[in-house]
Amino acid sequence: MSKKLLLQHIDVPGINTYEVYRKQGGYKAVEKALKEMTADQILEEVKTSGLRGRGGAGFPTGMKWSFLAKPEGVARYLVCNADESEPGTFKDRYLMEKIPHLLIEGMIASSFALGANTAYIYIRGEYFYVHRILENAIKEAYANGWLGKNILGTGYDLDLYMQIGAGAYICGEETALLESLEGKRGNPRIKPPFPAVAGLWGRPTVVNNVETIAAVVPIINEGGANYANIGVGKSTGTKLISASGHINKPGVYEIELGLPVEEFIYSDQYCGGIRNGKELKAVVAGGSSVPILPKELILKTAAGEPRLMSYESLGDGGFQTGTMLGSGGFIVMDEDTSIVKNLYTFSRFYHHESCGQCSPCREGTGWMEKILKKIISGNGTLSDVDLLWDIQSKIEGKTICPLGEAAAWPVAAAIRHFRKEFEEYVTNPQNIVDVKHYYRVNNLAAV
Amino acid sequence: MPKVTIDDIEIEVPDGTTILQAARMIGGEVVPPAMCYHSKLKTSGGYCRTCIVKVEKGSEKDPRPMPKPVPSCRTTVMDGMVVRNKTAPDIVEARAGIVEFLLINHPLDCPVCDQAGECDLQDLAYEHGKSHSRYDFQRRTFEKIDIGEHIKLHMTRCILCYRCVKTAEQITDGRVHGVIYRGDAAEISTYIQNVIDNDFSGNVIDVCPVGALTDRTFRFKSRVWFTKPVDAHRDCPKCSGQVRLWEKGGEVLRVTARKDKYGEVESFICNECRYDKKNASDWVIEGPSKVDRHSVIGANHYENSVLSATDDRQQTGLPHGKKVELGEGALNPNNIY
Ligand SMILES: Cc1cc2nc3c(=O)[nH]c(=O)nc-3n(C[C@H](O)[C@H](O)[C@H](O)COP(=O)(O)O)c2cc1C
Ligand code: SF4
Ligand code: FES
Repeated sequence: MSKKLLLQHIDVPGINTYEVYRKQGGYKAVEKALKEMTADQILEEVKTSGLRGRGGAGFPTGMKWSFLAKPEGVARYLVCNADESEPGTFKDRYLMEKIPHLLIEGMIASSFALGANTAYIYIRGEYFYVHRILENAIKEAYANGWLGKNILGTGYDLDLYMQIGAGAYICGEETALLESLEGKRGNPRIKPPFPAVAGLWGRPTVVNNVETIAAVVPIINEGGANYANIGVGKSTGTKLISASGHINKPGVYEIELGLPVEEFIYSDQYCGGIRNGKELKAVVAGGSSVPILPKELILKTAAGEPRLMSYESLGDGGFQTGTMLGSGGFIVMDEDTSIVKNLYTFSRFYHHESCGQCSPCREGTGWMEKILKKIISGNGTLSDVDLLWDIQSKIEGKTICPLGEAAAWPVAAAIRHFRKEFEEYVTNPQNIVDVKHYYRVNNLAAV
Repeated sequence: MPKVTIDDIEIEVPDGTTILQAARMIGGEVVPPAMCYHSKLKTSGGYCRTCIVKVEKGSEKDPRPMPKPVPSCRTTVMDGMVVRNKTAPDIVEARAGIVEFLLINHPLDCPVCDQAGECDLQDLAYEHGKSHSRYDFQRRTFEKIDIGEHIKLHMTRCILCYRCVKTAEQITDGRVHGVIYRGDAAEISTYIQNVIDNDFSGNVIDVCPVGALTDRTFRFKSRVWFTKPVDAHRDCPKCSGQVRLWEKGGEVLRVTARKDKYGEVESFICNECRYDKKNASDWVIEGPSKVDRHSVIGANHYENSVLSATDDRQQTGLPHGKKVELGEGALNPNNIY
């Protein structure tokens, strides 16, 4: 059984309530942090732990924290990114729903380390039932003296607020999130300045993912070095994986980084293999934006090494033959899946979610969606495939925020690894049995 | 003072200068085109991405190249930075891509557009675009709306540069228009058919790089290339009073702010100067304006013969070696992409 740091007590009845959480050793990290440690010591532990951002980019958390500007007399903020909207990713929801106090505990300890007296959790609007759970947990924490003035008599004050988003994927991008939190239209900001210098209301701000902040709790309890002992290389600790698609056991799993992908897919402890005895065809390993990989490349790297669930191993081979761990949204596709149709669904999403500020993303995402729709309706041509390739290459790297890349990468990877399937679609559309009805393409809302 | 090299030309610039500003100090072909940046507006730029350049060397201290193209209008020069614009084939290609993106949903209705002849998008497409579009889907359209008695909003032509929003934000009290909706459904709007009504509202027309915001009092009066721009001023209690009059047959058809060679407003003017002073006698005439358009005919050359077209192009710093079609077409902006 591999080690669990976040979901250890997930099955304890009532773990979502303060009493049970506390009985299981909850809020010990806050006690330790506030009473026995200095802010710098916590920062050191986080650095030692090797923890990397769990929101997608995998940026070392200790380093991010050390970049936070600390001008005299200016408030600083910690903002938790709970906007979780990347298709295929649902681990933050699980954590907040089942064990909300873990996030709150992490928020308190992290805010203390950063010297923030106000912290926010920006939560995805559609998670409406989680809002109540979280709100309730925050109330319990206030009632028991973990939030508010003079916490544990240490003189440290912290106010924690939950802000509900209005349902835009782009508000997960950290600067769009800050705009939205300020009550404005959720447009990503043009960087620099970065949030560490000028974030919320122009003040120094750290934005971290739910899981990142939750991981600070075991790091404080067990020490950074012990955390770093789990995992492989620069992929330390455990990671929540949202497993979905054509597997026997979809769900959220906490894995030790470094677990072989093959074991993750086929072991009964995790996904339990492909459902209905089908063959694996492809995997999108880190949320819909990361490159899709065919079976051969997701199980083994191009060099023939077993592929591991780690930042480095999944990234091995670059985008030619590799992908990214991303947010850990692990989408498994069996042999019957149409890569082209799946891509259409992804492209529709990114088109719909583009904020529209910069021209390559605003115009390019819609164009790609239209071409894909044309192809899956059986009206595509070979040149459409090349055009798609060209459009994605003209979006990638030329946009304000990474949503442009998130839209371009899936298109590039699908064509890179499954070009034959696209060609089949355009040359023999009549052979694609379900072209006409599967998505009821003609009934889809006008593009 | 940091030194920066752009397309192999070195220049020393004051601290805080952006790559675009540095390129403009050098001038000529190293200057990237800019559609959304506007020197008189704070926080403008960064949206259209036409001004992207490649940073081959970040600085003397940190010589690593920047991983992606950067918007030159929003990127500050560092000492020792090496930048490529025209001399980087991938930038030229990427820019052609941006131009294509800007045009796929543009109506290309130049023949009936008041902005034709002084349109930044027309110039951009002509200089940096390709000769045909690969887009064969329906283009997005919007209803035209009148926002007050002076301004026409033709959203279908808008490229969402945010300039008018920033103008209203920065030079008028209380902006009543902005961007609503998202992605390619985003539009400039007053939301609930509001009227833009304040002394400086007319400036949004001047900052619009395309024909999305046009002067209703000038609408369809004349093609701009048949009017003659002259610089003039008056003692105005509200604004600088330094304007450009657009005359035809001795009649003032339109009053606008003066624009520099990058099409950016020199100083904003009030509505009284713009709409209520349309007699030449209201003004002290300074003389013909120097209009430095890139692709479209320069000031006072409107009646020039076809043969001088190439000369004009050289004078206005057009890319050399680009094929010039002689004949009416080359001079008629309606025929430009
Ligand atoms: C379009 C877009 C959407 C994003 N959505 C999320 C999200 O829902 N949750 C999240 O934690 N990070 C999201 N991110 C990443 C954040 O910008 C940011 O990198 C992250 O919250 C940093 O936290 P971390 O360092 O703890 O990972 C998104 C990024 C982009 C570009
Ligand atoms: S890349 Fe897309 S989502 Fe990001 S700023 Fe540009 S238009 Fe908005
Ligand atoms: S002018 Fe620089 S991005 Fe538009």
